[in-house]
Amino acid sequence: MQNLIDLEKKINSELTTKINRTEIRHNQIYLETDKDDLIDVVLFLKTNNDTKFRQLIDITVTDYPEKNQRFEVVYLFLSHEFNQRIILKYTIAENEVIPSITSIFPGANWMEREVFDMYGVSFKDHPDLRRILTDYGFEGHPLRKDFPLTGHTEVRYSEDQKKVISEPVKLEQNYRNFDYESPWEGTRYIKEELDNTDKKN
Amino acid sequence: MLRLILELDGEVVEKADPHIGLLHRGTEKLIENKTYMQAVPYFDRLDYVAPMNQEHAFALATEKILEIDVPIRAQYIRVIFCEIGRILSHILNVTTQAMDVGALTPTLWGFEEREKLMGFYERVSGSRLHANYFRAGGVHQDLPQGLEEDIAEFCETFPKIINDLESLLTENRIFKQRNVDIGIVTKQDALDYSFSGVMIRGSGVPWDLRKSQPYDCYEQLDFKIPVGKNGDCYDRYLCRIEEMKESVSIIKQCLSKMEKGPIKSLDGKISPPSKKEIKQSMEALIHHFKLFTEGYRVPKDEIYTAVEAPKGEFGVYLISDGSNKPYKCKIRAPGFSHLQSMDYLIKGHMLADVPAVLGSLDIVFGEVDR
Repeated sequence: MQNLIDLEKKINSELTTKINRTEIRHNQIYLETDKDDLIDVVLFLKTNNDTKFRQLIDITVTDYPEKNQRFEVVYLFLSHEFNQRIILKYTIAENEVIPSITSIFPGANWMEREVFDMYGVSFKDHPDLRRILTDYGFEGHPLRKDFPLTGHTEVRYSEDQKKVISEPVKLEQNYRNFDYESPWEGTRYIKEELDNTDKKN
Repeated sequence: MLRLILELDGEVVEKADPHIGLLHRGTEKLIENKTYMQAVPYFDRLDYVAPMNQEHAFALATEKILEIDVPIRAQYIRVIFCEIGRILSHILNVTTQAMDVGALTPTLWGFEEREKLMGFYERVSGSRLHANYFRAGGVHQDLPQGLEEDIAEFCETFPKIINDLESLLTENRIFKQRNVDIGIVTKQDALDYSFSGVMIRGSGVPWDLRKSQPYDCYEQLDFKIPVGKNGDCYDRYLCRIEEMKESVSIIKQCLSKMEKGPIKSLDGKISPPSKKEIKQSMEALIHHFKLFTEGYRVPKDEIYTAVEAPKGEFGVYLISDGSNKPYKCKIRAPGFSHLQSMDYLIKGHMLADVPAVLGSLDIVFGEVDR
């Protein structure tokens, strides 16, 4: 499909029940689906002659700790033939196991391992789900919003034990996060916000 | 910094399991806790061989969300320095790959040129490696006097150095024996394993984001995309050599087309004012204070933006929530996908081929581990 609008229509008509929402923004299509339909949707996007999203660019997760469906899983695809990008998303709750797409895209292997490492989301049917970026024996999932920036442990070489040991973080001074945000009248979006609150009052 | 676990049958590799993460610094987590302007330096530390290409991706992503225009001179400057970054990266890769398979001289010749290029980096940003030069809306400051002429002069002399390197390597018997038909990637596998950049072009897929999804002023420039035939280490080497020549031509075109003008967005809420203005204008003083404490706020949105970095498609998936800090900034590093295919590439090869294949993947651990 040469045109994004045609492509959006095509996806909507072919996958009516499996796509919850579509949107075109910044020259990219954003799709929302469900966990159970993921494999079907990905297979369709990859194999259909009008879509041909044959390259997986990345897999990642966004963490919204305040929501019930805490994690939003994001897949980025690229179609060389039609020069288009698609962003596929669905939300899951904590501790939910999601399907792996390594059988469709072998390149998904490390990306899913990274998601598992950073967010603690587990994949079903993944050939080799181990931690990838963090240290051997690391605990916790660093990119979750409730994981502190300084981490829980720090490592040092212990002269007594003659080896590298990890112990709880001790900081001379805590990480300081100043709140500079103040309503600064002037930019467009703040004006809009102010207008809206005025209307409510 | 790679720990590569190999299973061998005699000298034949049966399985490769790279253990990465030894250089993991939590860049993405740190960026979530910094303002948009403070996040830029972290991008220098990803692929530290070509720092400004990374900054470019982040600057473009922020600009798209903020919907600001970049002055044309700033676009040319950014393209010039991205192409310098490409040459920096390709020199390092080609020469160290040669060193991995036994040739020492190319490294010495190539690094002399890298030194000059890093000199340009220093003159424009004050730093040889960690430039922190690109900003959302343009670049930090204009080129200092005389730099344009010196870059132009470099463009005249550098093609001769490429020819010298080629005379050492391209027809070299040992270099060819070590690289031809080693680590072959088919077109299909290049797509399946999420390859990009030279790794996919070496296999005959003419895909370059500078052409297919042009950003900044690449649309107005005339350049070719070198494509390989066999997808082996040798073809990838040839692609890199040709790309360096194209980069030189791009820089020349930019220099001839560039005119005087502003080098960053004129929006005072995004770009900090000049020192002179701060002394004279109350408004500029306020802008300066607000920009360097609170920073600018970016409206709620999410976007994926990619640039053609020397190593492949470098992307930033940025989620903003209307505050002055990114809610999430996922970095898509090309080397990550390339290294993961190590098992597939090296299976059935000899142990001595491992450095050749690893060299042609063009891996820099700053970006693989993030």
